[in-house]
Amino acid sequence: MNEKKLTIAITGLNNIDSPGPGVPVIRGIKDSGMDVRIIGLAYENLEPGIYMPGLVDKTYLMPFPSTGRETYLERLTYIHEKEDIDIIIPNFDSELFLFIKFSDTLLKMGIHTFLPTLEQFEERHKDNLPEFAKKYNVTVPKSKAVLTSNELADLPKEIAYPYYIKGKFYEAYKVDNYNQAVFYFNKLSSKWGLPVVAQQAIQGTEVNVIALGDGEGNTVAAVAMRKQYITDKGKAWGGITLNDEVLLEVTHRIIKETKWRGAMELEMIKTEDGEYHLIEINPRIPAWVYLAVGAGQNIPEMICQLAMGKKVKPVNNYEYGKMFIRYSWDLIGDIADFEKIIMSGEL
Amino acid sequence: MTKLNSLAISDNGFIFKPSTGESFTTNNMGLFIINLLKEGKSSDTIISAITEEFEVDTITAERDLYDYLDFLRVEKMID
Repeated sequence: MNEKKLTIAITGLNNIDSPGPGVPVIRGIKDSGMDVRIIGLAYENLEPGIYMPGLVDKTYLMPFPSTGRETYLERLTYIHEKEDIDIIIPNFDSELFLFIKFSDTLLKMGIHTFLPTLEQFEERHKDNLPEFAKKYNVTVPKSKAVLTSNELADLPKEIAYPYYIKGKFYEAYKVDNYNQAVFYFNKLSSKWGLPVVAQQAIQGTEVNVIALGDGEGNTVAAVAMRKQYITDKGKAWGGITLNDEVLLEVTHRIIKETKWRGAMELEMIKTEDGEYHLIEINPRIPAWVYLAVGAGQNIPEMICQLAMGKKVKPVNNYEYGKMFIRYSWDLIGDIADFEKIIMSGEL
Repeated sequence: MTKLNSLAISDNGFIFKPSTGESFTTNNMGLFIINLLKEGKSSDTIISAITEEFEVDTITAERDLYDYLDFLRVEKMID
């Protein structure tokens, strides 16, 4: 795609039981045949992607976004001075705000991103989902943003047990009584901050779409998937691509009307009656992105092209019945590598 | 495309429903019935074909066909 070798920095190397998307994003980019140097940006010194053979060319430890924007940008600037980064693909919800805010600053430094606008990012927040649904005419389960545990005793009558308590960025727990609700409210508010969202549970099958919008209303890529194996953390450990025309139509419509820019994941519940309820929009690449690559849509490659200002022709087809099965694998590492990442923050 | 024609059906009786991601297995008779349904054959023709292929009487063939049609309806593979 580009004669110049591209240096691409990627976060989300935590291929653990609640996996980040970094490793599959890198696999997609490498599968594309692009001439690249991959820089891993890690938050923890035991993120598996740091140590996986042949995956990243170099890894740098990053401060958590919560440490403050100056510290964060300082570290990025240091890495950029050493690596001359062309593209950054952030893969965590919790860092997206900073990257969106910094996108102009980064571009002036020569670092390209392809992310939603701040308005798009804010609009689809879990606590804004009812307004989002109204504006774009999609069905969502009744939900309420909750700021104190006392509010759980006084939820609207449409939110009845069982319902979900959802963290601001991650995690959701189904609760059957008030005590459970308060317990998970406390757990998730202390971990991810406020608000916590109470969302009515809908009976049905969870179906998801990974999609990429070009920012002009066009859906450049979209692949629908049903989770076949779900872990106790609610993560897909196996999935299969679907030919679900309704699901794809909803996706195209949302991208068209929001003029979505960047990757997204739509999480929906399909009921027995064939109704679709949108339960969440994640404004980033999901961890199962490599299934889309395997089914014929290399979304990480397309993001790189769009980030570098190239036009990408929308891809409308993919293979149905393609499956992914996640697995765990014990890597044998060397204490010297562990020492390097701890002592110098680089490997 | 009819619902039945959208199914991916292998010769060994493995059925994949691309619209939902579900998969099913079926025996030889189920596979035989599905293939005739896909060809648009009538119930009478299918019953007659079952009696010949599986050497069963008409009552048994009727029961097998209607049981199988119920299953296909429940799983939303036919209307």
